[in-house]
Amino acid sequence: MYVLIAGGGKVGANLMRTLLRSKHEVTVIEQNHDRFDKLEAEFEHQAIRGDATELFVLERAGIKRPPDLLVAATGDDEDNIIICQLARERYGVPKVIARINDPRNQTYFDLLGISPTISATGAIMALIEHEVPEHGLIHLLELRQENLEIVEVTVGKGAACEGRRIDDVNLPEGARVISVVRNGHAEIAGHETLLEAGDQVLAILEPGKEDALRRVLLRDGGA
Amino acid sequence: MRAIVIGCGRVGSAVARELDAAGWDVIAVDEDEDALGRLGEGWTGGFVVGHGIDQHLLKEAGIEEAEAVVVSTNGDNTNLVIAQVAQKLFNVPTVVARVLDPARADFYAERGVRTICPTSDAIKTLVAAVRAGEPV
Repeated sequence: MYVLIAGGGKVGANLMRTLLRSKHEVTVIEQNHDRFDKLEAEFEHQAIRGDATELFVLERAGIKRPPDLLVAATGDDEDNIIICQLARERYGVPKVIARINDPRNQTYFDLLGISPTISATGAIMALIEHEVPEHGLIHLLELRQENLEIVEVTVGKGAACEGRRIDDVNLPEGARVISVVRNGHAEIAGHETLLEAGDQVLAILEPGKEDALRRVLLRDGGA
Repeated sequence: MRAIVIGCGRVGSAVARELDAAGWDVIAVDEDEDALGRLGEGWTGGFVVGHGIDQHLLKEAGIEEAEAVVVSTNGDNTNLVIAQVAQKLFNVPTVVARVLDPARADFYAERGVRTICPTSDAIKTLVAAVRAGEPV
């Protein structure tokens, strides 16, 4: 696979090393002189110096081939947005991945259809939520394009669904239970599956149905 | 008629002042508080300190009611992102962005972003000035 990485800081450089070890063809673009010198010493001609939002720099790095994948990993979110737009829409790069530095900019990446994105804050928050489910509902996976998400909920004592079959549980429209884990034993959810307090339930739902799901699976809506 | 001018340097501040003088309700936005000084003593419009990419700041500046947004910070990419946000998220009717790099200005112009490229204008003017002296 041919991969183009924009931004050779800690993220970009380590990505480069990892991809090269897996025998991929990789080029990294870095603007900063000092950083570029280090990259060039390590990666030789596979490092290109320049501003990755300049068309001629991208072209020198081989974007016209085009690469199978472009990773926008600079420390600047606006730059990452522009790099992804240029790569996809001008050069027909089939897949782009963007790093988000300030999670408040997520809306803009979504608005402009740049996906998938990854942000350190977001990734750490997901881990924290997994450890400390503050609102009783853990986001496991977001299927952005499909507009669906997979969440985990632990059935609360006294919840509306406790002791009932899944068929009899009044799940919100746009939500389905996938599986139930009880005492470490997982089972695919069927019509007859009984829900008990303490069960870990995996559910798939449309974003925005979280509160409705909480009201059914947790007591007092998770408060 | 409300206009928001994001980036209040030499260009932005002059645009803001002209619109202000023409009777527009102008809100200028700049990261640097000192930029207010560029708007001069007769300035009657608003001024918000902060980065134009900040959605809350844009709302505070009244982007939801704005007729026009002029984006003229010193970063081409920042300008292009803010312009797209103003157009697509806030549906501002008139959005203009200053973009110094002719290549990016052309690319985004093709995609429906109104870009003004002072570099291209300077190139055209300079070449025309030289060629005006060519022997006929």
